[in-house]
Amino acid sequence: MPEASPPDFHDIEVRGVSRRYGRRRALVRANLTCRAGEVVGLFGPNGAGKSTLLGIVSTLMRPSEGEVRYGGRPAAEWGEGLRARIGVLGHDLYLYGDLTARENLEFFGRLYAVPKLGERVEASLAEARLADRAHDRVGSFSRGLRQRLALARALLHEPRLVLLDEPFTGLDDESVELLSDRLRALAHSGAIVVMATHDFESADGLVDRPVCLRDGHVRVLGAGPGRIRERYRAALAEAWT
Amino acid sequence: MAALRAAWLVTQKDLRVELRSRELVYTTLFFAVACVLVFAFAFGSPEEDTAAGVLWVAVMFSGTVALGRTFERERQGETLRALLLSPVERGAVYLGKLLALVALMSGVQLVLVPVVALLFHAPLGRAPALLAALLVAGTLGFAAVGTLFSAMLSRARSRDILLPMLLYPMTVPVVIAGVEGTVALFAREPNLAMAETWLAMLVFFDAVFLTLALWTFGAVMEE
Repeated sequence: MPEASPPDFHDIEVRGVSRRYGRRRALVRANLTCRAGEVVGLFGPNGAGKSTLLGIVSTLMRPSEGEVRYGGRPAAEWGEGLRARIGVLGHDLYLYGDLTARENLEFFGRLYAVPKLGERVEASLAEARLADRAHDRVGSFSRGLRQRLALARALLHEPRLVLLDEPFTGLDDESVELLSDRLRALAHSGAIVVMATHDFESADGLVDRPVCLRDGHVRVLGAGPGRIRERYRAALAEAWT
Repeated sequence: MAALRAAWLVTQKDLRVELRSRELVYTTLFFAVACVLVFAFAFGSPEEDTAAGVLWVAVMFSGTVALGRTFERERQGETLRALLLSPVERGAVYLGKLLALVALMSGVQLVLVPVVALLFHAPLGRAPALLAALLVAGTLGFAAVGTLFSAMLSRARSRDILLPMLLYPMTVPVVIAGVEGTVALFAREPNLAMAETWLAMLVFFDAVFLTLALWTFGAVMEE
């Protein structure tokens, strides 16, 4: 279980990270720095390495080469306490279909030793607009409702680093707006938000720093004029070395 | 203490999920009883050693069914990843899954053992505490190896084939000790000292398997 006041960090640095699956290279010497208060968007075609990069930053996967430093220290130095500061919304949502929405949040809240868990769960359910479905099994939820609950689960322990894989999938317009507002608020509160998405429309105005991935290579698009989609397409059209 | 608390949370969660779906207990129980019935028809008038063999075969095969399904559940929705991402020692996740599985298999044995006794005239009342200890220790050893392999194979495409191929050779010492101990109990002239010796062997195997599994679980779950 996490220590009472988990350690904190203000940036993460991906340093020369490569990842191979057999002979296939999913990431090639990736470099990226993300700072507190920033929303970083990962864009790229399917199989470009976005989920692999998120997996490595979340500590779930081990890089074949290179390292990720959290506040200047590698993951091994932080120990289990590091994971108490990371919230992950995966593409597969990480929810138990046979448990109710409340039970899912309570279970993960206990694993993360969330203080005042009862209040936190109530607030999270209300924030996800699921208070009236709190006692329903998650298996009976639509994709959109599960997505909202999964986000509530990922943010329940107020993580410092928030990693999101396709967070807008299945959400209606209102939920997309609410999620965008939530992510902006998280960034303003000092969290580091990194999300992989194909939803350029939702990312415009939310993402501070778009990052393009192609065949495992990473290129930071940086701040600039124009919509992300156009800049992304222009970047893909260029030759990458 | 924190790791034990986390393990208990995982066990409670697994048992709650099972209580809702009753999927594992029904399939495992059905499989175990069907297995015993087939043997009962095949053997006709059984030898005195038969009951012990049939009991452990049913425990082993039905346990394999339970092992496969318990991690199939964690694969749906990738909840195993969520457990590994949580700030608890990975050994605690293993221990929690193991305890839930042992509880489930023990529950099935509460029905299975009387069925075997009825069909094979096994003398259950001779040393019930020793029989229970043999079953718990054997189940723990079998599940300790099985939980590790099931978790390892949870993302493998041919996990249903690989699990028994890896599990059965590794758990042969546990099953042999379980069968021999039970044979010593069920014999016309029971040898309690021999049964206790086999129980001690089982406890030794449990300690070895559990230590190795706890030691390696974190490493084998790295992606």
